[in-house]
Amino acid sequence: MTAQPASSPARPRGGWTIRVERRLAVPGWLPPAVSLGAILVALLLGAIVLGFVGGDPLATYAHIGRAAFGSWGVFSDTMVKATPLILVGLACSLAFRMRLWNIGAEGQFYMGALGASAVVLSGILPETTPAWIMLPAMMLAGMLAGALWGAIPGWLKARLNVNEIITTLMLNYIAVALINFFIFAVWSEAGFQMSKVFPKSAWLPRLADWAASVPAFRGLTTHFGLVLAVVAAGVIWYVLYRSLWGYEIRLIGDNPRAAQYAGINISRNTVLVMMLSGALAGLAGMSEIAGVVHRLQSAISPGYGFTGIIIAWLAKLNPLAVVPVAILFGGLILAGREIQPAGVPRLIQGIILFTLIASEVLLRYRVRLVRAGAEE
Amino acid sequence: MADAPIAVEMRGIVKRFPGVLANDHVDFELRAGEIHALLGENGAGKSTLMNVLAGLYKPEAGTIQVRGQPVALNSPRDAIRHGLGMIHQHFTLVPSQTVTENVLLGLDEPRFFMRLSQYDQRVAELGQRFGLKVTPQAKVWQLTVGEQQRVEILKMLYRGVQVLIMDEPTAVLAPQEVEDLCRTLRAMAAEGKSIVFISHKLNEVMSVADRITVLRQGKVTAAGQPAAGSSKADLARLMVGRTVLFDLDKQPQPPGEPMLEMEGLQADNNKGLPALRGLSLTVRAGEIVGVAGNGQSELAEVITGLRKCTAGRVRVGGVDVTNQPARAAIQCGVAHIPEDRTHVGSAPNLSITDNIIMKSYNRPPLAHGAALDQRAARRQAELLKMEYQVAAPSVETPARLLSGGNLQRVILARELSAKPRLLVAIQPTRGLDVGAIEGVQKLLLAQRAAGAAILLVSEELEEIFALSDRIVVIYEGEIVGELTEHDPVTIGLMMTGGSRTPEARRSA
Repeated sequence: MTAQPASSPARPRGGWTIRVERRLAVPGWLPPAVSLGAILVALLLGAIVLGFVGGDPLATYAHIGRAAFGSWGVFSDTMVKATPLILVGLACSLAFRMRLWNIGAEGQFYMGALGASAVVLSGILPETTPAWIMLPAMMLAGMLAGALWGAIPGWLKARLNVNEIITTLMLNYIAVALINFFIFAVWSEAGFQMSKVFPKSAWLPRLADWAASVPAFRGLTTHFGLVLAVVAAGVIWYVLYRSLWGYEIRLIGDNPRAAQYAGINISRNTVLVMMLSGALAGLAGMSEIAGVVHRLQSAISPGYGFTGIIIAWLAKLNPLAVVPVAILFGGLILAGREIQPAGVPRLIQGIILFTLIASEVLLRYRVRLVRAGAEE
Repeated sequence: MADAPIAVEMRGIVKRFPGVLANDHVDFELRAGEIHALLGENGAGKSTLMNVLAGLYKPEAGTIQVRGQPVALNSPRDAIRHGLGMIHQHFTLVPSQTVTENVLLGLDEPRFFMRLSQYDQRVAELGQRFGLKVTPQAKVWQLTVGEQQRVEILKMLYRGVQVLIMDEPTAVLAPQEVEDLCRTLRAMAAEGKSIVFISHKLNEVMSVADRITVLRQGKVTAAGQPAAGSSKADLARLMVGRTVLFDLDKQPQPPGEPMLEMEGLQADNNKGLPALRGLSLTVRAGEIVGVAGNGQSELAEVITGLRKCTAGRVRVGGVDVTNQPARAAIQCGVAHIPEDRTHVGSAPNLSITDNIIMKSYNRPPLAHGAALDQRAARRQAELLKMEYQVAAPSVETPARLLSGGNLQRVILARELSAKPRLLVAIQPTRGLDVGAIEGVQKLLLAQRAAGAAILLVSEELEEIFALSDRIVVIYEGEIVGELTEHDPVTIGLMMTGGSRTPEARRSA
C-alpha cells in the first residue's frame, strides 16, 4: 500500500548514521564472498561459545581440520560422509528452486534405504544375483521408494493445497517407524534390531577393494556412491539450466503467476519435482546402505536429510556448488565425532545456517556508515 | 449546507510518482456533514489525493488544514488522530479474529485483559447508531464482503473519525448492499461527519453525494460542484476530457475473418461476484476493438485461459478454447499483454533472456527435444532487445532491475514477436512516458496492419479513441453500447451506467 522507502536513516550515534540502501545490481563475486563471510562469522561465534565453556577454540578448529582433511585416510572418510550429503543437498536444492519446502529428505533417505534393502532381503532377487544386476536394481528400488515418499506430499500440495512443510516433516517419522517395523519384525536377525549382512554382490565397490593392485587404496572406504552423487550433481545442473523442464521449474519458483500465464502446468510440476527430489534422497539412502552399512538397521542417518537443507542454502541452490559444500559438512560431521559426538559440530552447523540466512540481507541491501547530516 | 464549517482544506497538493504527475496542484475542500464525491477515471489521481489526506503519502508540495488548523500528516496514525480515516479497496482485517477484536486492533485500550463481552456491546451499539448490521462475535472470515466493509467502517467510527474516506466502496458490493451503505453514510453525515466517496460511477455519485469534485489526469476539472445542479453529460465530459493526445497514422482497412468470438460469457471476479454477465463480442482480423468500462481484466483472463468462465463460449480462429488451459490459447496464437507487468507478465529474478522466451521456450528453434538451446535463446533475446530498444546492460540482467517502460518493452517484444493472430492488450501504455506511449501505439497499429485481431483495454479513453476501429462499453458485466466515433460524452455516460439503450444491449 505505502511505497517502500528506498533508504531509511537509523538513529544517529556520535555523529554517524547507518544507512541501509536497496542494492540495484548484485555483482557476481558478492554472493560467494558473503557466504564465505557468513561461515567465518559462524566460526567466530562458535569460538566464543567454545571459549565460554572453557575450550580452546583455535585448538578445536585445528583439530577439526586435521581430523577431516589431515590425511588420505580421513579425507576418504570425509568423502564417505559427503556422499549422502551431496545427494540430499541436491534433493533439497531442486525442490527449493521451485519453492517447494521439502524438509522430508530424511524420510525419503530412509525410504530409499528400505527400498534398496527390500531387493536383497525380500528374495525378489536371489542372493547369487551378480552385482551388475543387483546394484542397479537396488538403485532403482531405492529411488522409486524415495520418489513415492516425495510424491505423496507433492500430490497433496498440487490437488488439495496441503502445506508440504507439514506433510514432508510428518512423513519422516512414518518412514523411520516403517524401517523399525521391518528390522524389529520381518528382517530381524536373531532377535537383534537389524537385518543380516547383505551378500557381497549388494555392496557398492570401494577404493579398498583395489588395494591388491594399488597399495595406496588400502583401508580407504570411499565407495562408488560418490561417483553417483557427483554425476547426479551434473545431471541436476543440466536439468535446471539446460532443459525445458528446468526452465519451467525456475520460472515457477520465481513467479508462479507468470508461469501460469506462460501456460505451464504447476500442479504436474509440483508432483514431478517432489518425486525427483525424493528419488535423489532415496538414492542417498541406497548408497549409504549398499556402500557403508551393508545391512538395514535403525539410525543409519545422523540427520543427513536435515543437513541437506543447510547445504542447499549454503550452495545458493546451485547443484554444482552443493558438492564442495557437502564435502565441507562431511568433514565437520567426521571431525565432530572425534571432539564430541553431538554437541559442537551441530552447534557450528546451526550457527552457520543462522549467519547464512542473516547474510542474505547484505545481498539485497547495502549498509553504509555515513556522517550525520551529510545527505546521500 | 453551504454555510457548514469547513472540515478539511487541501491546497496546491503535488504528488509525483516515477514518470507520473499523479496530483498537479490539487485543491480540495470538504465541509462538515457532507458527502463529497471524488469523481474521475481510473488513474486520474483520486486515490493518490486521498492517500495524502490519510497520511500514507507525503506530498511534494501543498498544505492541509483540518478544521482550520494546519496539520502535518506523517502516518495513518497521525491522520486518525486528526479524525481522518480511510477505507481502502483492499480491506485490512484479520480473518481469524472476531469483529470486535478487529475493531480494537492496534488501540491502546484495552491494555492486557480483553474483557471482550464489554467491548462487544460497545461495538454493537455503535453499529446500531449508524445502521451497520454486524454481529460483534462473528469471525471476520465468516462475513460477506459487504459485512467486512461494515467492520472497516466500524473501526473508523470507533476511533472517532470525523472524516471518512472510502475508496471505490461500491466496487465489491451487491446492489442491496450499496443501498445499505448509502443509508449508513447519510446517517453519518447527519451527525456532522464528512464523507469522501471515491468513485467513477456517475449514477451512484449523483444519488449519494451532496457535492462533487472531478479530477482528470491529476488536475481538478470541477471543484465542489453541487450534485443537485449537475448533469451527467457535463460530469462525463469533465471526467473524460476531449483532447486527443496523438495524431496517429491509422489507415482504414476492412476487417477480415472473425478471430475472436465470444458468446454469452459469464465469469466471477476474485471476490466471487459476477464480473461478466452474458457478454458476447466478435473481434475480426485486422481490427482493433477498444473496451471501456469495468470487468475487462476478467474478460482478458477468460480469453487467455487464466480464469474459468461459468457459462458461455470462447473461440479463437474457429477453435473452441472455452476453459482450456492457458497453453491452448497460446498455441492458437493468442498473445497477452497483461495488466500486471511485474506480478504476471515477468519473472523478476530471471534474466531478460528467460523472460523473453517465456512463451516460445517449448518450441523449435529454442527446444531440441527436452533440451533448451541457451545459445539460441540468447541470440533471440539480443535481437529483440535491439529491435524493441530495451535499455539494459545485457540480456543477462534480471528483469526486476528494469524500469517500467523497459520491462513493458520486454513483454511487448515477447508477445508481438510471436506474430499473434489475436492480441489481448491490457493497459499497454500505463506508466510509460510520452515517447514510449507513442512507440507502443505504433506497434499496436503495425500488428493491426499485419492482420492481427486486437482487443484493447485502456484506462486512457483518448488512447482507445485514437487506436480503435470500434469501441464497446462494458457496464456491470454486459456490453451496454458500441461506438465507432470519437464521442466522449456518450462513452462517459455508458461507462458510468448513465445510458443504456435497449438496442445497445445487443452487441456485435
